[in-house]
Amino acid sequence: MKPTLLLGTRKGLVAYRYSNGHWQLENTSFEGVPVSIAYADPRNGTWWAALDHGHWGVKLHRSTDRGANWEEVAAPAYPEGATVKDGAPAATRYIWAISHGGRAHASRLWLGTDPGGLFVSEDGGNSFQLVESLWNHPSRPAGWFGGGRDQPGIHSIVVDPRNEDHLYVGVSCAGVFESIDAGKTWMPRNNGLRADFLPDPASEYGHDPHILVAATSNPDVMWQQNHCGIFCSIDAGENWTEMSEQDGPARFGFAIAVAEDNPGQAWVAPADSDAIRVAINGALCISRTDDGGKTWKQLRNGLPQQGCFDIVYRHALATSGDAVAFGTTTGNLFVSPDRGENWQVINNYLPMLHSVQFAD
Amino acid sequence: MPTVKFTRALRRFFPTLQDTPAEACTLTQVLDEMDEHYPGVKTYLLDEQGRLRRHVNIFVDGNMIVDRDTLGDALHEGSEVYIIQALSGG
Repeated sequence: MKPTLLLGTRKGLVAYRYSNGHWQLENTSFEGVPVSIAYADPRNGTWWAALDHGHWGVKLHRSTDRGANWEEVAAPAYPEGATVKDGAPAATRYIWAISHGGRAHASRLWLGTDPGGLFVSEDGGNSFQLVESLWNHPSRPAGWFGGGRDQPGIHSIVVDPRNEDHLYVGVSCAGVFESIDAGKTWMPRNNGLRADFLPDPASEYGHDPHILVAATSNPDVMWQQNHCGIFCSIDAGENWTEMSEQDGPARFGFAIAVAEDNPGQAWVAPADSDAIRVAINGALCISRTDDGGKTWKQLRNGLPQQGCFDIVYRHALATSGDAVAFGTTTGNLFVSPDRGENWQVINNYLPMLHSVQFAD
Repeated sequence: MPTVKFTRALRRFFPTLQDTPAEACTLTQVLDEMDEHYPGVKTYLLDEQGRLRRHVNIFVDGNMIVDRDTLGDALHEGSEVYIIQALSGG
């Protein structure tokens, strides 16, 4: 297990460090400011904080000393002439995903944003450029739209560790796109997904993959917690198969995490439904599959089982080794040392949690 | 010569902010000047397309500006430009 938990919350960045058998508060930064994503780059240990100031816009900061000092860098900016669907000028409204670009590209970073732009940096994050090929993809004008937010957003970036010019993005709402040339060209990968909210649920575009991840131990196995269920692909996104429970809680939700050592073991954080976004029957539950989604086990030991309204946002469920951690919309942070069999509370009094990441 | 006054909330990010005289005679140029005094402050007030951010207000001589997209409101010799935040909570 990596010994740091990096949290992006509605009221700042928080870091916990595991020491002497306990999770201890290590750092708080940007108190009072919404942090849409807190991200530790595993290549160099740099911490990134994407801020969503209510008044002053989206900002990006980095720290090379575990949050002791922060440096503001230029936030991703849409070029003059870029427009959103209604013809209005495009401007960054939210940073929804941060990913390093791979060990072969030591200075590359990717950012996903609302209103739908993917940005790349080739200079370690000193500057970011809009990836025009995706922004100008012919599907965007008619096939992309907002889901939960007014404009479409890129919340997932998956870089293939075997070939770091090979990547995927997840867009809500549009679906999954794959590039095999470092973002020069893009192909939709939505075959087998279902968009129940569209007139044609099998539409090529317009899907809502709440979060997209690839298995560390076999990146051809990909998972997504979609608005319309849990889907898995065993062929690198070519085809998706629904793995939701028919009669159990593992169905609707936002987050998914895959075991580092087993592509068929995954956790989800079920919520009641699209229409009722709270814990099911007032009880918090994490569900885990050990068999690629054929069956799901409910994990409740140590989680509140009455009077609970918590749900888990898309970036707020993570795993490292045998440990699993998640943070909730009502500010509860839980960690399991044994793959979800038992849970312990780390803090009941955090702000709403946007992101949870294990880091060195 | 216009004078620019800033909300105290911005001092968290720009600790040296103070009432600052400007040479320019348009609002856009005044903000460019302020960005030279306080590098980066413009990105806190305007988005990348030059529009005033939704929860930021600018008053010129007591009147809220009208042109939030291109900042075409007139300035005069001796104008006072107040940059404030809209109130919102949670």
